[in-house]
Amino acid sequence: MRLIDTFFNARVFIETLPLLWTGLLVTIELGVFSIVLGLVLGLGLALLRLYGPRFLQILARLYIDLFRSVPLLVLLIVIYYALPFVGIRLSPFAAATTALTTVSGAYTAEIFRAGIEAIPRGQFEASMALGLSWRQMMIDIILPQAVKVVIPPLTNNCINVMKDTALASVVAMPDLLKQATQAQALAANPTPLISAAVIYILILWPLVLLVSRFEKKMKVGTR
Amino acid sequence: MAPIISMKGVIKRFGQFQALRGIDLEVTEGEVLCIIGPSGSGKSTLIRCINLLETYEVGAVVVDGILVQEDQSLQAVRREVGMVFQSFNLFPHLSVLRNVMLAPMRVRGLTMLEAQKRALELLNRVGITEQADKYPAQLSGGQQQRVAIARALAMEPKVLLFDEPTSALDPEMVGEVLDVMRSLAQTGVTMIVVTHEMGFARQVGDRVLFMDGGLIVETGTPEKIFDAPQEERTRNFLKAILQH
Repeated sequence: MRLIDTFFNARVFIETLPLLWTGLLVTIELGVFSIVLGLVLGLGLALLRLYGPRFLQILARLYIDLFRSVPLLVLLIVIYYALPFVGIRLSPFAAATTALTTVSGAYTAEIFRAGIEAIPRGQFEASMALGLSWRQMMIDIILPQAVKVVIPPLTNNCINVMKDTALASVVAMPDLLKQATQAQALAANPTPLISAAVIYILILWPLVLLVSRFEKKMKVGTR
Repeated sequence: MAPIISMKGVIKRFGQFQALRGIDLEVTEGEVLCIIGPSGSGKSTLIRCINLLETYEVGAVVVDGILVQEDQSLQAVRREVGMVFQSFNLFPHLSVLRNVMLAPMRVRGLTMLEAQKRALELLNRVGITEQADKYPAQLSGGQQQRVAIARALAMEPKVLLFDEPTSALDPEMVGEVLDVMRSLAQTGVTMIVVTHEMGFARQVGDRVLFMDGGLIVETGTPEKIFDAPQEERTRNFLKAILQH
């Protein structure tokens, strides 16, 4: 009984729910912002890396490799605690969005690149032979096919970004995890933490299932 | 009359290998030219140089008065040069109708309705009206290649290039594609056809060109090439394939 009272305390749960709710909204906002910006950045980087002028190709590649190597937590702390020394002072939300977007962009760039490279040469040739411009070829022919191929890994990346939003709590971002630890301190009971964990799972499990379904469908699709 | 296509001294290398070793060729408007020759002789490379899907090291290609090179004029050339590929290369994510409509809308600036009307006419001409709303993967190889021909025609090109259009087809589907090409040849469009179908080359070609080892060995009327070839290599090639 003590165990239930400690970890699954109904009274504490109900009392701290409003706080968790505000935290959840911040987490979702942060996640969605970072995912969308990361997708845009990633697509741009992938196109630069594949088709940009030589020196931009090298820069894009450098960016992608660098930000896949740096631990997100380190980057976040550098942005929030080190940049103010050179006069760049970002709010917790801006710092967290910047860090998440920067890293997510590097990963999505690689995903998009793989998708574009998976499109057969003949699709490019047929587009060019019809007189389509490079832009039209990309928008009408190549990207729609490439995006379809990479939806499972892109969804996976979304899951990772959503999970990594929890790191923002170290820069005083009032996200779900931060609010949960706060609530735990107030209530002197770990129920809010357990609730937060459950909420994360409830949000992300459907996405995980979705990825599995995509992958199953892909397997059926490839004869 | 000025030739619609002229190639002068075209040399193409793949690393050490010379795929084209100096090609001089003129094609007049309305001509149907069939290119035959053994695999690896440079036939496909030659026609791919015409719309610059293949770049070349030396020489020049002029299409309809425009020098084909990597600049703004390239799209203008490609608009006038349709191409049909061995592996069809239809756009798998678009319906048959959309495959045919896309380029006229994007490149020629046709409205949706105009493009649709033109596409349906062309699909009717190649005999696939009923399949307009299907996707390429739902069609047989022969049907896909006929859609690919309709797609190329939708741009109303002055020249049509065929790169072994029946080589990837099951034997029973070769005829339907050749029939479409035969009827096209009568419309007066300039056609260059790389093919292994000797019957087609003989009946439909105004001129036949035999290639070997990256060179044009011999060119002439079908009667001349098939019945009285001048060159040893042509004779050997024809003998080898006609035995089967």
